[in-house]
Amino acid sequence: MRHESRRLILLLLPAGIFFAAFFLLPMARLFFIGGSGKTGWAAYAAILTDAHYFSSLLSTLGVATATTAATLAISGISGVFLQRHKFPGNGALVAMLTLPLAFPGVVIGFMVIMLAGRMGLIGQVTQALTGEKLVFAYTMSGLFMGYVYFSIPRTILTVMAAAEKLDPRLEEAARSLGASPWRVVLDVIIPGLKPAFISAGAICFATAVGAFGTAFTLAAKINVLPMVIYTEFTLSANIAMAAALSFVLGIVTWLVLAVARTAAGSSVAAAG
Amino acid sequence: MKHRGLFLLQLGFTLVVCAFLIVPVILSIMAGLTVNYFVGIESGLTLRWVIEVWNGYRDTIFLSIGLSLACLVVTLILGVPAAYVLAKRQTALTRAMEELLVMPVAVPGLATALALIVTYGSLSGFRTSWGFILVGHVLFTLPFMVRSVLAVLSAIDLKTLEEGAASLGAGFWPRFRDIVLPNCRSGILAGSLMVVTLSMGEFNMTWLLHTPFTKTLPVGLADAYASLRLEVGSAYTLVFFLMIMPLLLALQAFAKPRPAKFVAEETE
Repeated sequence: MRHESRRLILLLLPAGIFFAAFFLLPMARLFFIGGSGKTGWAAYAAILTDAHYFSSLLSTLGVATATTAATLAISGISGVFLQRHKFPGNGALVAMLTLPLAFPGVVIGFMVIMLAGRMGLIGQVTQALTGEKLVFAYTMSGLFMGYVYFSIPRTILTVMAAAEKLDPRLEEAARSLGASPWRVVLDVIIPGLKPAFISAGAICFATAVGAFGTAFTLAAKINVLPMVIYTEFTLSANIAMAAALSFVLGIVTWLVLAVARTAAGSSVAAAG
Repeated sequence: MKHRGLFLLQLGFTLVVCAFLIVPVILSIMAGLTVNYFVGIESGLTLRWVIEVWNGYRDTIFLSIGLSLACLVVTLILGVPAAYVLAKRQTALTRAMEELLVMPVAVPGLATALALIVTYGSLSGFRTSWGFILVGHVLFTLPFMVRSVLAVLSAIDLKTLEEGAASLGAGFWPRFRDIVLPNCRSGILAGSLMVVTLSMGEFNMTWLLHTPFTKTLPVGLADAYASLRLEVGSAYTLVFFLMIMPLLLALQAFAKPRPAKFVAEETE
C-alpha cells in the first residue's frame, strides 16, 4: 500500500509542479506587485476609494447583473420548452442554440457589430422603418447584448439537463389541485430548477465580470474593469495598479463561483 | 386550446432566440463572400477576401493549430494521471487540489496573463516564444481534461476492476495501461475535443501573452476587426468557423448521454 501511495503521488506530481510554477507562484507575485506601486497597499482599496475605478466597478457589476438576469430568463423559457416538447425540428433548434458555445469573446463582439454596428442589420431595419439609424454596438448596451449572446448556449444546456430530471408528477399534482400554469411555473418548475439557475447564473455573472474580448472588439471607450486593467497595463504602464485591480477581479469571480457552488450543491465550472 | 396558444408562444420565443444567435453568423458569412457588403449581395460573390486573409494571416492559423495540438499533448500528460489519482483517493486533500486546479477557469484570463508576465516576462527567450502562450492555454484547459476524465472514472467501478486485475497478477503500470486508460477513453476523447476547441479560441489571456511573432488566430481576428474592412474581418471569421465547426459538431455528438455500458462490457 505504501508503494501504491508513492506511485499515486508520482502521477499527480507533473500537474502539481506545473500548476505551482505557472499559477500559484505567479498569482502570489501578482499580489505583491499590486502593493508595490506609488500608493503601496492602498492600491487594493483604490477600487473603492478612487472615483474612476469605483464607477467602472459599478458598471461592470451592473452589466453582469443584467446579463445574468436576461440570460436566465431567456434560457429558462427556451430550455424548459425544448426539454418538454419533442417535436420535429427540436434537435435542430437545440443544435442552433448551442452552436456559438465555442465562439471566443472577440468573435461575439463581431457578431454584435453585424447586428447593431454601423453597417448592422438593426441599423438598416430601423432606418428603413423610421428613417433613424439605431446603432448601439459600441456602447454598454452592445456589450450587454454580446454577453447575453455568449451566455445563452451554455445556460440552455444546463437548464435542459436540469429540466430533464424534474418530476412531471409534481406538476400534474399541482395542476390537479387547481394551480394555474403560471403558479405551476412559480411554485414547482422554478424551485426545481433553482440549483441549475444558481450555478448557470454564477457562470454568466463571472464571465461578464471578467471577460475582455467582447469589450475589446466593440470599443475601447466602454468603461468596464477588464478594459480599465488593460489600459492601466498598456497605455499608462501602471503595472502595480493593473496587478492590484486584476487580483481583486480574480477574487471576485472566484468567490462568486465558490459561493454558488456551495449554494447549488453541485459542481460549477466557468468557461470562456 | 389555451395550451396550444402557450405552446406557440414559447415556440415563437425560442425561434426569436435562435434567430438572435444565428442571424449574425449568417450575415458575417455572407459579408465575407460579398464584393461590397455596403452595396449588398448584388455587388457579387467573391473569394477575394478569403484569399486576402489566407495571404495575410496564414501564420496565425498554423500557429493556432500547432498550439492547440501541443496544448492537447500537455493536458493529456498532466491531466489524465491527475484525474486518476483524484478518482482513486477522495480525501479532503485531493478535493482541495481539484478545487485549486479549476481556479484558472474561474479567475479572468487577464489576471492570469498579467501574473505570468510579471513572473516570467523577464525571461526574454521564453517570453517571445509560443511556449509562453502554451503555458497559459494549458492552465486554462487542464481543468476541462481533468474533469472530463474524472467524470468517467467516477462513474465506473474502478476499484473492483483494478482488484480483479491485481488478483490475476497485474502490476500497477499494466493495470493503468490496460484497465484504467481504456476505460476512460470516452472521457479522454470528450476532454480532448474541449481542450482543442478552447485553445483554438482563447483570447483573454493570449492577447496579453502574444508578441508580434506569436499571433494566434483570435489575436489576428481582433487585429482584423480593428483595422481592416468589414468584408476582410468577416472572411477571417469564416475561416475560423470552418476550423472550429467540425470540433463543435463532434462535441455536440459527444455531449449526448451515453448508455452506461462500460462497467458491464469490461467486467464480464
